[in-house]
Amino acid sequence: MSSLTRSLRRFLAVSSLTLFTVILLTAFLSPFSYMAATAFKDKEQITDPTSPLWPGRPATYVYNGEEVTYTFTFQEKEDQVTLSPGDEYDMYQVPDENGAMREWAMIVKRRGVSFFLDPGSPDAGLQEWVGEWRQLTPTYELSLRWENFEKAWNDLDFLRVLRNTLVIAVGGDIGTLISCTLVAYGFSRFRIPGKNLLLIILIGTIVLPRQVMLVPTYAFFTRIGWVGSWLPLIIPHFFGNAYNVFLLRQYFMTIPKEMDEAAMIDGAGPLRTLTSVILPQSIPVVTAVAVFHFIWAWNDYFEPLIYLVGRRDLYPLSVAIQFYNQQYVRELHMVQATAILGLILPVIIFFLAQSAFMRGVVVTGVEK
Amino acid sequence: MTAFTELTEVWRSRKHGLKREKLGGLARREAWWGLLFLAPWVLGFLGFYLLPMGASLVFSFTDFDLSTGEMQFVGLKNYTRLFIDPQVRKSLLITLRFMIFAAPIGLAWPIATAVLLNSKNLWGKRVLRTLYFLPSIIPVVSVAYIWQGFLNTQTGWLNRALEAVGIPGPEWLTSPAWIYHALILAGLWGVGDAMIRTLAGLQSVPTEYYEAAQVDGANQLHTFWNVTIPMISPMVFYNLVLLVIGLFQYFILAWILGGPQSNPAEATLFYNVYFYKQAFSYSSMGYGATLAWVLFVMAMTVTVVLFGTQKYWVYYSGGNNNV
Repeated sequence: MSSLTRSLRRFLAVSSLTLFTVILLTAFLSPFSYMAATAFKDKEQITDPTSPLWPGRPATYVYNGEEVTYTFTFQEKEDQVTLSPGDEYDMYQVPDENGAMREWAMIVKRRGVSFFLDPGSPDAGLQEWVGEWRQLTPTYELSLRWENFEKAWNDLDFLRVLRNTLVIAVGGDIGTLISCTLVAYGFSRFRIPGKNLLLIILIGTIVLPRQVMLVPTYAFFTRIGWVGSWLPLIIPHFFGNAYNVFLLRQYFMTIPKEMDEAAMIDGAGPLRTLTSVILPQSIPVVTAVAVFHFIWAWNDYFEPLIYLVGRRDLYPLSVAIQFYNQQYVRELHMVQATAILGLILPVIIFFLAQSAFMRGVVVTGVEK
Repeated sequence: MTAFTELTEVWRSRKHGLKREKLGGLARREAWWGLLFLAPWVLGFLGFYLLPMGASLVFSFTDFDLSTGEMQFVGLKNYTRLFIDPQVRKSLLITLRFMIFAAPIGLAWPIATAVLLNSKNLWGKRVLRTLYFLPSIIPVVSVAYIWQGFLNTQTGWLNRALEAVGIPGPEWLTSPAWIYHALILAGLWGVGDAMIRTLAGLQSVPTEYYEAAQVDGANQLHTFWNVTIPMISPMVFYNLVLLVIGLFQYFILAWILGGPQSNPAEATLFYNVYFYKQAFSYSSMGYGATLAWVLFVMAMTVTVVLFGTQKYWVYYSGGNNNV
């Protein structure tokens, strides 16, 4: 009995916390839903303010009865309309006297009066409705425009820009992981005179606004002939950067020193201690650094833009997307479709990297 | 003594840091090894940072015009101009006031979500973590445009939702008071990295500390405050430093949501926006560099002060001998 109540209590705790997390998430991601919904719409729907929030297209009714001609009166004159099998008519929400909505197909629209067919009973003939048809709400049916993504894929030359992006992101990632690990190890484990000052200088490199260094940095890379190639986007990452060195240092400093000392007594040198003690303890944060750099490089727009100027064949995704969007400023659905296309791979990588974040540190070395 | 009480002891005694020894032969060897490990960064600093930083400092003593490329020494003129420029004071005030509100939220939200997503009592953690992190994968420029559409007073989803429940939606982007709320809301989309760092930090807390706390009869809040927070304090410290630096440099969201006119009523004319306008919109790179270096001095001062506060609240299990 007690085990039953315990599992019931656990079930309640799990389900209520999960529910809370999902509700919070729904609110948190609602702007993203707006983005995703836009990506699946077509141009007509985006420009139509009466259209629903979700992606859809105006619903239509296809007449499939026998050919029939109806007579109707408009401004005291008789007129005729013929319905043939296969004719398509737009659906509208038409209110009756009580305000209840009926979904009718509009056959004839005139000022002040319109004639509809009730798809439920097409043989009942034309239904007259008095009022301005422009004030009626069109009926929409769900329609996801997957073609938007196909078009974005082709227009961006996706595979080529993907290859470019991967070279830049993976190349920089390798450099970042090697250099930042070494430098952070130096900052966290060795007594070096003036180390605090060096750490402050390290942080200082990210305190000065990047844009103010832009002109001289560009001049420097031009002088050494790197402009127009991927080199300025990859090579500097082999020399460490403040964000990741500082992050790894913070983590390394939470690893008890007894563990290094044990390894050193066993005869391990500093490098062996790093690879056999520090790194295995730091898998969550090292993975985080790898993912952060990848995503940063994936999205970095400004540097590739200025260093690859004139080399369209080398452009990464971020620059290709921006150039594409400038041609399609008014086509919001394509802007969002390209943005979502650009998200897919980083999301997958993050999802896969999770197992490393999840992994708790089992061995602590703090023996009792 | 249990691990928990021992941890508390260590945590309390962290103030009495170790005394520094004189450099002996062994210590010198250690210093050389350390410098060897720092070498990649030192080389990178000399190669890629020193020159551009130095050049931009030189610019601040000139009237360097980006559009004409002309440059002449003007001595301290840019600096005297900065001190009497009323816009500098206004922009600095906007920046600091925003920081006071945004920093606590930007610090607490990642911790709260990380602890939530680390909970034992949660289903579908992998998917939920990915979705909570998702906005941080979106490039910040796209983020700004998404929020601009989402917060639009008439057509935006948020105000439509508020209206649906009978609340008149505020003018998020056009009222000088509400724009800061809009920026803070949109800013929550940019702190996913901090959440992941905190999550990574939470993985490093040895489970036996929690077990020990349980044995000692500590309740959850007590455990959170006395075990979790000290153990993740190095990550929280990192997040704090980067957050403060980032808020001093606050730019892209303000630039896009406020537009080049810094709407509404110049409420989004943050200090760094003003710098950007001077340096690039008006091509006054000389004055722009001055603004940037004064920002550097202010942000560095705050950073150094933050480093100084570490000894009161940041706990390094690897020992506090460094800082």
